[in-house]
Formats: sequence, structure tokens, C-alpha cells
Amino acid sequence: MSELAWIDAALSSARPQALAALLRYFRDLDTAEEAFQNASLRALRNWPRNGPPRDPVAWLVLVGRNAGIDEKRKTGRLTELPPEETISDDGDREAELVATIDEADYRDDVLRLLFVCCHPDLPPTRQIALALRIVSGLPVERIARAFLVGEAAMEQRITRAKAKIASAGVPFAAPDAVERAERLGAVAAMVYLVFNEGYSATGEHVAERSALCDEAIRLGRLLLRMYPAEPEVMGLTALMLLQHARQRARHDAAGQIVLLDDQDRSLWNRGMITEGLALVDKAVRHRAPGPYQAQAAIAALHARAQRPEDTDWKQIDLLYAALERMQPSPVITLNRAVAVAKAHGAEAALALVEPLGDRLGSYFHFHGVRGWLLKQLGRDAEAKDAFDRAISLAGSAAEANQIRIQLDGLQRDAGEREGVDQG
Amino acid sequence: MLYAILCYHKEDVVGAWTREEEEACMARLAAVQEDLAREGRLGPVARLLPTTAAASLRMKGDEPLVLDGPFAETKEQLLGFYLVECKDLEEAIDVARRLEIANPGGTHEVRPVGLYSPVPATL
Repeated sequence: MSELAWIDAALSSARPQALAALLRYFRDLDTAEEAFQNASLRALRNWPRNGPPRDPVAWLVLVGRNAGIDEKRKTGRLTELPPEETISDDGDREAELVATIDEADYRDDVLRLLFVCCHPDLPPTRQIALALRIVSGLPVERIARAFLVGEAAMEQRITRAKAKIASAGVPFAAPDAVERAERLGAVAAMVYLVFNEGYSATGEHVAERSALCDEAIRLGRLLLRMYPAEPEVMGLTALMLLQHARQRARHDAAGQIVLLDDQDRSLWNRGMITEGLALVDKAVRHRAPGPYQAQAAIAALHARAQRPEDTDWKQIDLLYAALERMQPSPVITLNRAVAVAKAHGAEAALALVEPLGDRLGSYFHFHGVRGWLLKQLGRDAEAKDAFDRAISLAGSAAEANQIRIQLDGLQRDAGEREGVDQG
Repeated sequence: MLYAILCYHKEDVVGAWTREEEEACMARLAAVQEDLAREGRLGPVARLLPTTAAASLRMKGDEPLVLDGPFAETKEQLLGFYLVECKDLEEAIDVARRLEIANPGGTHEVRPVGLYSPVPATL
């Protein structure tokens, strides 16, 4: 790896912590971002000459503070720190300065930085864009590409979202235990939104958008390093790893979705699966179940199955039932119905699905699953109606295509039956 | 003599590598390992999962206490190790140097192995 690539990786991995500490110091997001930017430029000049510092985060915070102080000196309150040349040349001094940054504060700093992105007044897509820009430091151009909008439009959205959180005020007081837990919950949900934005991609944009999954996993690992004993953070990170592990098998050459049963499992990323399974295993020891852990456990059962027919559907059914209790939702019941169909047959599954019609009548997957069950029960005319409804509700060409394959199957089966009758 | 070469690196930096960087680094390391294997000097090699997957056990009185996370919070983390047969420290340091060139930015610690039993001696 070239020196520049190493510095680049070091800067982007240090960014959340360094920026979060600068935000605490300057109490203003724009000033903090500018200071970090400044410190990064100095790192690019200084690190190749002096070698990378032992603690890049501390270096960037100190240099960033220095750089931002010129702006702030007008207020006359702040004193200057030594220039960065002496910071990385003089080992003792660096150690001394690093000690002045309270390590324990980092956790709350990073949580705060992530938390300001989840402002409830911001729609989910803005929260995601903001987190990618501020926390991950992705260039606006790349975020715009991932959201399939122009760069100028994305720039404007991010600027507006920032104005919103600035006017709302950033919560600087150290959170108490309850607030911390609430923030962690909100941040975990936002990280999973980032992940899903990438995971739901189809068509020609798969490669660009799946980069969002990588970012979300990095954020998950960051949270986990700061909160190593939180089983739900383990569950979230495991869930993302286990789902993203299937990435290369989830789309065909044209970017169309390949269903789980039809995926080439040799394309699954074994490294991610191993890490995901290890985290599920670790979380279970805490005996404090939660929605992310339950979903991760379901993904783990899929990941453990060498072939589709090895899948432990009975266990998956039980996990969905647990998830239903924790987070009642007709969509979860619909997912559970798929497991019930595999474990106990289509009849039992259909009994679970029919009552959902009131609430899921305009939901694509409801009609897709219903059609799939009716087809298995040989109720072809009703199945065709359900599939037609699904196609009319499809949100993308890929979804519609999925159903057309089912419809083709229906006609082929009917044709074969007619053939037999005639023969 | 058998030497353990322990690879320490900032795991968040390694985690920020792009897939291409990751693959390029693994390919460079594979080349070093192939040379050593051809000379019959390479023992087991392990790459460890991130410390976020670690748990640590310590006794609290008579009770085992299991803590999530690695043994110690450090700037660099133990990410993997190699066992290599070398005639002396000089040669072991040379292997460490080749590994460091293939996987730069971290620290490679060379530790002579006192006891090595790939298969438990009592079996």
C-alpha cells in the first residue's frame, strides 16, 4: 500500500472520534468540520515527513484545535497550543498532551456526533445523508450518487439538514445512563437505516450503493468498540455482517435480485459470516434478547445452512415469533409466515397471512407471499390474482420481475398438468 | 528455533481499507508465506477477528468474570500471528521485516517460542 493510501485510511478511521472531540470543543459543527479538514491537510504534509503519530486521533484533535483557534481567538478566551511539528517530534510532550484529552469522553463525544444526525425532525433519508457526510466523511458527490440525485441537490439537502440541527441546538451536557441508552437506540436505528439504504439497491447502482453497507458496518464496529458490552450493538453489527456477506450472491449480472434459495452460497463472504456468528454467540451470553439480536440469529441460521434445504426453519419460526412479541408488526408476521410455510406447510402459513390483509393490502410483499402460498396449495386462479396485485404494487422493475417468474411457473405447471391430462 | 511473529496494527485503520487494498495486502503476505513454506519454515498462521469479537476471562475470587472486549485497551491490537522456524533472532527479524513491508503501518513483535505442541503431548 502506498504511503498516501495508508494516511487516507488512518484519516478516515480517525475521523469520527477526532471530529466528535472537536465538536465538543468548538460547540459548532461547521467550525469542528473546518478544523478537522485543516488538521487533515496538515497531516498529509506532516506525516510522510515525520512518520505517522502513535495516536492519530489525539494528533488530529490537537492540531485541529490549534487550527480552529485562529477563528475563535477573536473571542479572546482561548490560548494557543504548540505547533504540530513539536507535537509529533517530541514524544514526551505528545504523551503529556494526549493525557489531557479525557479518553472516557470520547465515547460520549462520538455518540453525540452520531446522535445529532438522528434529529427526529429530519426524514430518514436526510439523517442518512448527514451521517455519511459528517461522521463517515464521504464526499457529497459519492453520497449524491448513492441516492441517485445530482450533487447540487444533495449539497443543498445536507446544508439544510445541518441548519436544522444547528438551530435545534446540540446537546452538550454529558448524558446520564437513561439518555445514553436512548441515544444509543436512536443511533443504532440510524446506522441500520444507512445499511438498508445500501442493502435495498438493485439494478445498475448496486455497486455504488453497497458501499453504504460497508460504511454502516464500520459505524457498527465503532459503536461496538465504544460500548463493548451492549448485546444489541453486537446484534446490530452481526446482522449487518451476515446480510452483507451475501452481497455478491444477491444479484445476477443484470442487477436483479436472486432469492435466498437460488443463491450460489459459495459466493457468500466467509470472513463476514465468521465474524457475524462470533458476535451473535457473544450477544447470546448476555441473556438480554432484543430485536437486532433476534434478526441476527435468523440471519445466522441462514448463514449456517450449507444448502437451502439444510435451513432450520423451525428455529427461524420461533425467532420470528420472539421478534413479533418484542416488536409487533404485520410485516414481521408476514416474514414469519414464510418460515411457517417451510417448517409446517402452506396451509398453516396462509392462516397467518390472511388476517393481515386489512393492514398490508397495499404492500407488494403481502400479495407476493400470499400468491406463493396459494400456488403451493394448488389454488392457481387465486394465486394468479394475488400475483397480479403484487405486480401492480411493485416498487421496482426487479420486484415486478420476481413476481413474473412466479407467474411463469404457474403457467408452466398448468401447462404440464394439461399435458398429462391429454396424455 | 521456532519464533512467533505477532502482528499488531490499528484495527480501525485495517477496517477502513478498501476491498482492493485488503486483497492487495493479503496477496503480498501470501507471497512472503509461500517463500517460507517452500523452505519448510512456516508453521501455523492465524488472522484474528477484530477485538470487538473478543471476550476476556478473569477470576474474581473464585468466580470467573467474563468481560466483553480484549484484554487491554491499546492503541494497536493483536491482529494475527505466524510461527516461523529461524536459526537466530537476526533471521526472525528479517522475516518480520518482510512481513512489515507486505503489511506496513503496524508493529511486528518477534518472540521466541518456549513450548510448542501442535498435538497435545498426552494423546
